[in-house]
Amino acid sequence: MKLGSITETLRLAFRNGKVKAGTAVLFFLLLLAAAGPVLTPYQPLKYTGEPSLPPSPRHPLGTNMFGYDVFSQTVYGLRSSILVGFLGGAIATLIGVLIGFVAGYKGGLVDEGLMVLTNILLVIPTLALLIVIAAYLPYRGIVVESVIIGLTSWPWTARAVRAQTLALRQRDFVLVARMSGESPLAIILGEIAPNMLSYIFMVFILQFGGAILNAVGLDFIGLGPTRGVSLGIILQQAVLWNAIQLGLWWWAIPPGLVIALLLTSLYMVNTGLDEVFNPRLRGD
Amino acid sequence: MALLRLEDVTKVFRTGLFGGQEIRAVEDVTMEVKEGEIVSLVGESGSGKTTIARMILRFYRPTKGRIYYKGRDVWRLRGDEVKWYYSEVQGIFQDPYSSFNPIHRVERILYKTLHHFHPSLGGRGVEERIREAIERVGLHPGDVLGKYPHQLSGGQLQRLSIARALLVEPSLIIADEPVSMLDASTRIDVLNIFADLRDKEGLSVLMIGHDILLANYVSDRVVVLYKGNIVEEGPAKPVFVNPLHPYTGMLLESIPRLDKKWEKRLEEKAEEEEYTAYRLKGCRFAPRCPAARKICFEAKPPTLKLEERSVACWIYSDYGEKS
Amino acid sequence: MREEVLRVDGLKVWYSVGGSYVKAVDGVSFTVYRGEVFGIAGESGCGKSTLVSSLVLLKPPMRHMGGRALFHGKDLFSMSGEELRKIRYKGISIIPQFALDALSPTKRIRDIILDLAAVHEPNLTKREVLERAEERLRLVSLSPKVLDMYPVELSGGMRQRAVLVVSTLFNPELLIADEVTSALDVTTQRVVLELLLEFLKAGIIGSIVAVTHDIASLYQIADRMMIMYAGKVVEIGPAEELVKRPRHPYTQALISSIPSLGVTYKEKRLSGLKGSPPNLRDPPPGCRFAPRCPYAFERCGEEPPAVELGGGHVFYCWLGVR
Repeated sequence: MKLGSITETLRLAFRNGKVKAGTAVLFFLLLLAAAGPVLTPYQPLKYTGEPSLPPSPRHPLGTNMFGYDVFSQTVYGLRSSILVGFLGGAIATLIGVLIGFVAGYKGGLVDEGLMVLTNILLVIPTLALLIVIAAYLPYRGIVVESVIIGLTSWPWTARAVRAQTLALRQRDFVLVARMSGESPLAIILGEIAPNMLSYIFMVFILQFGGAILNAVGLDFIGLGPTRGVSLGIILQQAVLWNAIQLGLWWWAIPPGLVIALLLTSLYMVNTGLDEVFNPRLRGD
Repeated sequence: MALLRLEDVTKVFRTGLFGGQEIRAVEDVTMEVKEGEIVSLVGESGSGKTTIARMILRFYRPTKGRIYYKGRDVWRLRGDEVKWYYSEVQGIFQDPYSSFNPIHRVERILYKTLHHFHPSLGGRGVEERIREAIERVGLHPGDVLGKYPHQLSGGQLQRLSIARALLVEPSLIIADEPVSMLDASTRIDVLNIFADLRDKEGLSVLMIGHDILLANYVSDRVVVLYKGNIVEEGPAKPVFVNPLHPYTGMLLESIPRLDKKWEKRLEEKAEEEEYTAYRLKGCRFAPRCPAARKICFEAKPPTLKLEERSVACWIYSDYGEKS
Repeated sequence: MREEVLRVDGLKVWYSVGGSYVKAVDGVSFTVYRGEVFGIAGESGCGKSTLVSSLVLLKPPMRHMGGRALFHGKDLFSMSGEELRKIRYKGISIIPQFALDALSPTKRIRDIILDLAAVHEPNLTKREVLERAEERLRLVSLSPKVLDMYPVELSGGMRQRAVLVVSTLFNPELLIADEVTSALDVTTQRVVLELLLEFLKAGIIGSIVAVTHDIASLYQIADRMMIMYAGKVVEIGPAEELVKRPRHPYTQALISSIPSLGVTYKEKRLSGLKGSPPNLRDPPPGCRFAPRCPYAFERCGEEPPAVELGGGHVFYCWLGVR
């Protein structure tokens, strides 16, 4: 894709209020995650002093029942959540797009086979599958969790991409490419995919948010990473130890807010971009 | 031997919820294109003319019947044979804007075409061939090279489409309404390109269109199609001077001409529903035909052959050889 | 003396796009008389559609840059929105270019008609409106059943007839038909054009302005014709005169590029126009056709004069005064 149209698209995108606001929040959270270790002197899983301290200048978000610094935990948790979102989202998008392209372009038996696979995965409750897989693995890190999520959440992307590919493959310029001797792979990469870049980017953002949400769910029921910290694990422990009932609101509310903020910003970027790419949705 | 031959080609589309409705968009079409001739396939919307073009170009598979090119079944070609086929047969579509990928510069597909069909050409040779092809269709390379489709006019793009097809050096071009989206004043020159190539290089063209005056201008033979059935065919001149089928007659009467004004009002029954004609057992034109009899609604009309011409109509059922 | 219905005088309608102007209609003058079919022909981008749609509704990015359009002596461009709304359908009615899609898809034809009547003919009862509609449908050989159908249920030709009935239901003094037949098959096209004439003869429509790129179909119905090129009028005159004795090189090229029946490549090789129309952001000075004109000479860089040939036949070209 040519540079000129990318800058033009970006210019258009950043005229959209939702994109602007969503990106600003997202950028702030990314910055926070990146600078986290510099901002706090504490390790997230180290005893730092008295347990259950309310927020104070030394512990901006207080400490939890074990004496861990909640701010450190949140910042490190945010890092792992973003990693899960990025990795899981990328894997799911990649598989989904690949299967969608091949099924949509090739048609026939290939299409039917791939769609049977897709539909089976689609009707199995993902969370149940995740629980089974996660429970079988003795050791689970953030990366393993991301891979599991990525491998199970691509089906709807595959279906959507397939539908778009089906429509594009009948377009005249694709037929012209076929008559010009282009191979199916060259047609998918050179003619079809470039026309779907914006769509694929939006799919990735949705998958990014979806992976984060899935990870939080897994963490919350105790199937998250066996080591390390994540926003979901903080919440899980806060609930496990009745943080709210005991008045330790700083243990549960700030991590929850960060999750909400992260997902909302992604959602805003997505709907904003949708308006940019589909002018019909715009209010003007 | 005919270059291209269609034998009893039928295409059925399914419409409606669960594909319950069958539309026989093309029905038992048998026709030929010979070497060095321009054949026009004339018909209105819904005649199946574009479907025929796409079946010949291997984009839609016929439900029934065979398409032969140089004696080989087009739909049984495999692997390299498909490439051979496209090195012989190329297509041009109606909408020049949709024939080019909006995100690429227009010359990209020209380079790709040369690369696949004439891989032995060196860098210089490639540049030269492309300039040559562009000039051959009446464009200046400087006006179009490096441009994106939206920066060019429909006329320029359509000429580039033709240039791309010519780069292959095909023997047969399937041109689906190649001029209908161009300005009237530029149409004739596009047709001249085809006619010049026919006369100088023996190119064959199957021209698909609805404009009888233009079809008559360039074609050697015409095939008139109505709702998927061939109603009449023959050398262009006799068919248009002395049409045999009532539908061809009605078409000729309806075309607006600059040398003649319409006289009395055209009597035509408005069609109540779009697809009823496709379900008729008899002649599909019968509901609109001023000469329709009972038999026309009940059975397919026989095809009468008369030297080089043929017509499918019950009017002529009492004459000559039937097929 | 014939009664003037519409008099357009030096009209300029430009598009404001990204800081510059596209001079789509750039100083156009003509008159439409009562009872006639006035045809406007030209190719893509000549400004014909901009011209007629600006008469009905001037909407951004269109801008009125000068000139007037007098409908019964009142300038359409100085009327308020309320006044314009009042003359819609009864004074000036338009069948737009994409009329097939212009009917609201979620309403039955009956409701579309009744809604319009409530605004434009509040004095008529529902019964009277529907009776009139049925009578008009019969006139275009559609059954009254059509009233209960949705637009999507009608075939192309039927829908075009329904649009004709709807847009002329309140007997407009002037009907603007913008490319009404270009999406139709030739047989249906002829039927619809002949229905337009019939409505005119029956007095349902006062006058017609027919706009098209197809000069041959226009010739079949028009009394007088105007040829436009790149935002300007190049020739105007009685249809017969203009088609048989075109004087402007563009009109000549346009007419000679349409083969007559029987003309073939083998017997007589025709040729079309070379090149493309100018960019209207920055049109050439003087005659806009000059860059493509085989007869162009130095003077063509100046604004061409109007050459009167009598009988209302006028063309704008320096060749006429040489």
